[in-house]
Amino acid sequence: MGIISRGFTGRRRTSPDLPPGQYLTEDFPVLSAGPTPRVPTDRWEFTITTETGQVYRWDWSAFRALPAQEVTVDLHCVTRWSKLGTSWEGVSLDTLFADVETAAEYALAHSYGGYTTNLPVEDLLDGKAWVAYTYDGEDLAPEHGGPARLLVPRLYLWKSAKWVRGITLSHDDEPGFWETAGYHNYGDPWREQRYWDG
Amino acid sequence: MSWRVGTVTTLRDETPTARTLVLQVSDWPGHAAGQHVDVRLTAADGYSATRSYSIASAADGERVEITVERLPDGEVSPYLTREAAVGDPLELLGPLGGWFVWRPGQPEPVQLVAGGSGLVPLMAMVRARERSGSGAPMRLLYSVRDPTAVLYRDELRRRAQQDRGLEVAYAYTRAAPEGWSRRPGRVDGLLLAEATWAPDRAPTCYVCGPTGFVEAVADLLLAAGHDPGRIRTERFGPTGGPR
Repeated sequence: MGIISRGFTGRRRTSPDLPPGQYLTEDFPVLSAGPTPRVPTDRWEFTITTETGQVYRWDWSAFRALPAQEVTVDLHCVTRWSKLGTSWEGVSLDTLFADVETAAEYALAHSYGGYTTNLPVEDLLDGKAWVAYTYDGEDLAPEHGGPARLLVPRLYLWKSAKWVRGITLSHDDEPGFWETAGYHNYGDPWREQRYWDG
Repeated sequence: MSWRVGTVTTLRDETPTARTLVLQVSDWPGHAAGQHVDVRLTAADGYSATRSYSIASAADGERVEITVERLPDGEVSPYLTREAAVGDPLELLGPLGGWFVWRPGQPEPVQLVAGGSGLVPLMAMVRARERSGSGAPMRLLYSVRDPTAVLYRDELRRRAQQDRGLEVAYAYTRAAPEGWSRRPGRVDGLLLAEATWAPDRAPTCYVCGPTGFVEAVADLLLAAGHDPGRIRTERFGPTGGPR
């Protein structure tokens, strides 16, 4: 327990679904490192590139023709807000990986605008991750990562790359944008893995 | 990284709703301008709440300043701006953030664009520039509701006159000082063209403020021809995105 702050009582909006050090918000704050890319869907594509260099490619219509799922998940941002019970529609990474031949352990997601983030392949599969294109029943807004973003709710939200354009698979773990700027390599909210050496 | 304990040494009201807390932090490792700290408050029964605050000061030994805007529905900011007293201990983690920073070794021109209390990390850059003797030309465009809401008013006025290579421009959104030439309103392309570096000077741009402000300014900078790779943003606020 920390040092007592004389006279502090707090607001105490808590929930068992709130990881340590987080607070609840009803809003949907936006955090990104640069300008919001505007990606028209007629120029959008998503690729998976394996460790052997094989490329699997979807344009918007091929992507939207894939079976979709509706999911309700909790979001936890490393800046300490959490938003519970958010509704999304997207394509499971299990669907996108169905025909992909790979033995790679690591994935690097990359985005329109140049953002990258790394995560283990196993955190993308078995119903743990989606490429999402609606939020709360509406097309995903550009500031929230539209037309489509990665959604990996088990990890801090910076792993859910906005404006995602592809995933590169590798036997080597390559830290992404925030992971090389002081943030944790894995980012599990329940273990409070916020910062690289913390 | 572990929690440190700072001691409040000075409190300074910047506006009716914003207060600077000067902290003495033993073994502070130093920080870069633009970084932030997490501040943790703990109640007597162990309940705790943590929020992030930008560092306002340039690196200066064990002295760290944060400026906190009181949010009407806030949990931590009302305590920091009303209850915290000189001599109180405060727990903090940091410095944090390795992207929205300016370092004195950067030779290129710098464009700062602040919305409201988004000025705080940019003020650290203004202060760090002068303190380091950097020759990088720096411009600040500060969008603020009205003259009573201006943070660091006297210091900004003094620095605009004394810091060589620093230029400060204001955009008042609701009410301007008497005799001000521009009608109150949001930052637009015209003002940006007048008050900020042209894209051909290839400045690094730092934009900080509420999400709507940052989105609008970043789009204007892109439209003016700035390289998206040179625009760094920091968004904050309790009502960041669309609800």
